[in-house]
Amino acid sequence: MPLTLLFEQLLNSLQFGMMLFLMSAGLTLVFGVMGLINLAHGVLYMVGAFACAIVASLTGSFWLGLVASLIAAAMAGALVEIGVIRKLYQRDHLDQVLATYALILIFSEATRWLFGSFPLYLDVPQILATPINLFGWFYYSSYRLFIIFVGLVVAVGLYWLIVKTRLGMRIRAGATDREMIAALGVDIRTLYTLVFALGAGLAGLAGALLGALQSVEVGMGDSVLILAFVVIVIGGIGSIKGAFIGAMLVGLVDTMGRFLLPELLALFLTPESAASIGGALSSVAIYILMAVILVVKPKGLVSANA
Amino acid sequence: MSDCILQIKNLCKKFGELKATDGLNLDLRPGEIHAVIGPNGAGKSTLIKQICGELAPDSGSIEFLSHDITALDVAARAKLGLGRTFQISSLLLEYSALRNVMLAVQGFRGASYQMFTPMAWDSSLREVAMQALTEVGLQQRGDVSAAQLSHGERRQLEIALVLALQPKAFILDEPMAGMGAEGSKKLTEFLDQLRHRAPILLVEHDMDAVFSLADRISVLVYGKIIFTGSVADVRNNAQVRAAYLGEE
Amino acid sequence: MLSINREQKLNLLIIVVILALPSAALWLQEPFYITLMTKVVILALAGVGLNLALGLGGLVSFGHAAFFGIGGYVAGILASHAFNDEWLFSFFGLQVSGSSSMLLIWLLAIIVAAIIAAVIGYFSLRTQGVYFIMITLAFAQMIYYFAIAWPAYGGEDGLSIYVRNQLLSLNTADPMIFFAICFILLMAALALVSMLRNSHFGAALQAARQNEQRLAAIGIRPFGIKLTAFVISAAITALAGALFADLNRFVSPDMLSWHTSGEIMIFVILGGVGRLMGPIVGAALYVLFEYYLGGITEHWGLFLGILLLTVVLFARGGIVGLIAGELKHE
Repeated sequence: MPLTLLFEQLLNSLQFGMMLFLMSAGLTLVFGVMGLINLAHGVLYMVGAFACAIVASLTGSFWLGLVASLIAAAMAGALVEIGVIRKLYQRDHLDQVLATYALILIFSEATRWLFGSFPLYLDVPQILATPINLFGWFYYSSYRLFIIFVGLVVAVGLYWLIVKTRLGMRIRAGATDREMIAALGVDIRTLYTLVFALGAGLAGLAGALLGALQSVEVGMGDSVLILAFVVIVIGGIGSIKGAFIGAMLVGLVDTMGRFLLPELLALFLTPESAASIGGALSSVAIYILMAVILVVKPKGLVSANA
Repeated sequence: MSDCILQIKNLCKKFGELKATDGLNLDLRPGEIHAVIGPNGAGKSTLIKQICGELAPDSGSIEFLSHDITALDVAARAKLGLGRTFQISSLLLEYSALRNVMLAVQGFRGASYQMFTPMAWDSSLREVAMQALTEVGLQQRGDVSAAQLSHGERRQLEIALVLALQPKAFILDEPMAGMGAEGSKKLTEFLDQLRHRAPILLVEHDMDAVFSLADRISVLVYGKIIFTGSVADVRNNAQVRAAYLGEE
Repeated sequence: MLSINREQKLNLLIIVVILALPSAALWLQEPFYITLMTKVVILALAGVGLNLALGLGGLVSFGHAAFFGIGGYVAGILASHAFNDEWLFSFFGLQVSGSSSMLLIWLLAIIVAAIIAAVIGYFSLRTQGVYFIMITLAFAQMIYYFAIAWPAYGGEDGLSIYVRNQLLSLNTADPMIFFAICFILLMAALALVSMLRNSHFGAALQAARQNEQRLAAIGIRPFGIKLTAFVISAAITALAGALFADLNRFVSPDMLSWHTSGEIMIFVILGGVGRLMGPIVGAALYVLFEYYLGGITEHWGLFLGILLLTVVLFARGGIVGLIAGELKHE
C-alpha cells in the first residue's frame, strides 16, 4: 500500500473529524448549558446548506453563500429557541426527544414543500477547485484542506470565547450551576438564545461546507446528526474539548476503518468476503467504539464539569 | 469482637485531595443505640453512603453479621438486613403510602419477579404493610399518595418502610430532620423501643434526642472518629467540646 | 369492584372500534381498509412492546427499531430459505431448513430479539438519562448499518417474502384472516402487559422509574428488573416486526432505521405514555394521518410534526390522557 494513500486517508479523517466537530460543538454546548437534547440540530445543518446553495446560485459567490449559511442557520436557531425550545428546558428528556423530532418532521417537510425533492447543487469555489501539491509529495483537495482550516479556526475561536470572554464565563457558569447564574442576575433567557443560535450557526456552516462535497437535499442532516450524537456521547456530553476529541476519534475510526478493514481482512479471507465483511464491520465501527467507551466510562471521555 | 453486628475497619475515601473518610473505625453491638455526631462536613453522609453501598470506599472493610459486605451493592446489603432511612425522604411519590410499604415487604420477601398475580391481591403483603403503617401511626393515611403526605408524615413513612424490611440493624440518617418538637419527642420514644428489635446506628443533629437515646456516642470530625464513649463521657470530654459541642 | 372507570370504558370502546371497522370493510367489500386496520394493529403491537419499557419502566429506548427489524428479518430470512428450498445453515452435518410456519417464525423472532435485547440492555442499562437514549440508538444503528452492508439478504434493497407465511391450515392470504391473527396477538400482548403492570414485578418496575435509590434500599436491584422489562418489551416489538414483514411481504433496513424508532415512540406518546391502550390510539392516529393526509398532500409529515409538537407541549398525557384524565395507581 503506497504511503501517500495512507496519508491522504489520514487527511480525509481529519477533514471529516473537523466537520463533525462543527456539528457537535453546538449540540454539546446546548446540552451542557441548557440540559437539552436537541434532535433538530441536523435540520439546522440542512438550513445552512440550503441557504448557501441558494445565495451562491443567486449571487454567484460561494463566499457570500457561506456567510448566508451562518446567518440563516443562526437565525433559524434563535427563532426555534424562542418559539419552542424554551418551553422544553424544564421537561424530561423524553419530551425533548419527541418535540425536537417533531421539529425535524416540520422543517424537513416545509423545506421539501418550498424547494422540492430534487437536490440542489453547490459547487466548490473556483479558487479551491484544483488540488494542491503537498510538500512536493502528493496532490490533495484544497477544498478539503480549507474545511480542516475552518474547523481549526472555529476550535480556537470557541476556546477563546469560552475561556477568555465574559460571555464564555457565563456559559461556563451556566453549565456548572444554573441557579447560581440566575442568582447573579444574568439575563438567562438571552444567554440561552445566544448559545443556541451560536450552535445553530456552526451547524449551518458545516452544512454549507459539506454541501459542496455532497448534494444539498432534505434529510441530509439526519445521518450527520446521529454521528454528532455519537461524538458528544464519546467525548462526554457538555464538554467542547470532549466534542473535539470525540470528533477526531470518530473521523479517524470511520475513515480509516472503511479504508483499512477490507484490506486487513483480505489477508485471511477471499477478496469477495473480505470486501463484504469489511464493509459491514467498518460501518458499525464507530458504534462499537461508542459502546466500548460508554461501558468503560459511562459519562464519556471528558467529564464536562471538570 | 465477633459479636458485633456491624464492624467498620480502617475505612478511607478521598474526593480529589479531600479525605472525606480517613481511616475510620466504628462498630455496632447488639441491642444498643450508637449515635454518630459531628459538625457539618465531618463526613457523616459519606460514611452512611459507604455503609449502605451507595459509595465504594477506597480502602478498608465493612463487616455485617460476620460477612464482609464491602464489595456488595445496595440491594444485596439491604437483603442481608441493613435497613436504612434517608436524611431527605426518598419515597415512591406516585404510590400510596400503603403501596410504598407493600413494595418494601415484597423486597424483603424477594417476590419481585412474580409476574402473574396482581400485587393488590396479595393480602399477606397488605397485612404486614398495614402493621408497619400502624406502628408509625399512619394507619389512617394508607390510601394517600406519598406525594400528598405532609413532611412529618413522609418521615414517618420512611420509618415504616424500614420496619417492613425487618432489618438486623437500623441505619438512621437524621430521622429527626425537619420534625417539630412534638414529632421529635414521639419519634424519640419510638426509637427507644425500636432498639429491642435491632441495634441502631443513629446519625443525628438533635442533641436532646442523641443524649436521651444513645448508649454510646462517636464523634466524627474531618473523616475520623476522634472519640467514642458514653453520654457522660462525651459531655465531659474536653476534646469533644472543643471540636464540636463548643461550636453550639 | 364492578364499577369501571373512565379509562376502562374508553379501552372497551377502542377494542370495539378496532373490531368493527374491518368487519364493516368486509361487508362493504373494501379489503384495502382491512389491510389498513391490520397495519394499525401491528404498529400498535410494536408500541405496546415499547410502552412496557418506556411507560412503565421509564426506559427511553431510542433503539426499538432494532427489535422491530430483527423480527422482520427473522420472518424474511426463514421464508426466503423455505421458498428457495435452501438450507438456512449447514454445519458439520447439522442442517437446518428455512420455514414458512408463522408459529416457528414468531417463536424465533421472540427468542432472537430477546437474546439481542439482553446484550444491548446489559450494556445500556449501566448508563442513565441521555446516555441511555444515545446508546440504545447506537446499538440500533449498528444493526441497521450491518443489514445494509451485509449482501446475503438483499443489503440496502431488502428482501421479499413471495408467499405469505402459513399458520396451521388457515388461509393467511385472506386479509380478514390475517387481520384476525394480528388482532388476537395484540390482545394477547395487551393482556400480558396489563398483567405485568399489576403484578409484583410491575410494581417494582414502576418503582424503578420513580426512585431507583429507594428500590435498591428495600433490597430490589433495579438493574435486573429493568433488564427483564427491556427484554420482554423487545420480544413483543419483534413479534410485531415479524407480522409487519408478513403484511408487506417485504423487509428492508428501513424497518431498522432510527426513524422507525422515532415512529414507535410517537405511537406511545400520541396515545399516552404508560396507558394500556395508548399505543393503539397513537398508531391509529398515525396511520390515519399517513393515509388520509397522505392522500391529500405528500407533505403530511408536516402536519404529523405539528400534531406531535402540540401533544408534547400541551397535552402531556396524550390522547388517552385527554379523555380519561390523569393516570392513577390502584
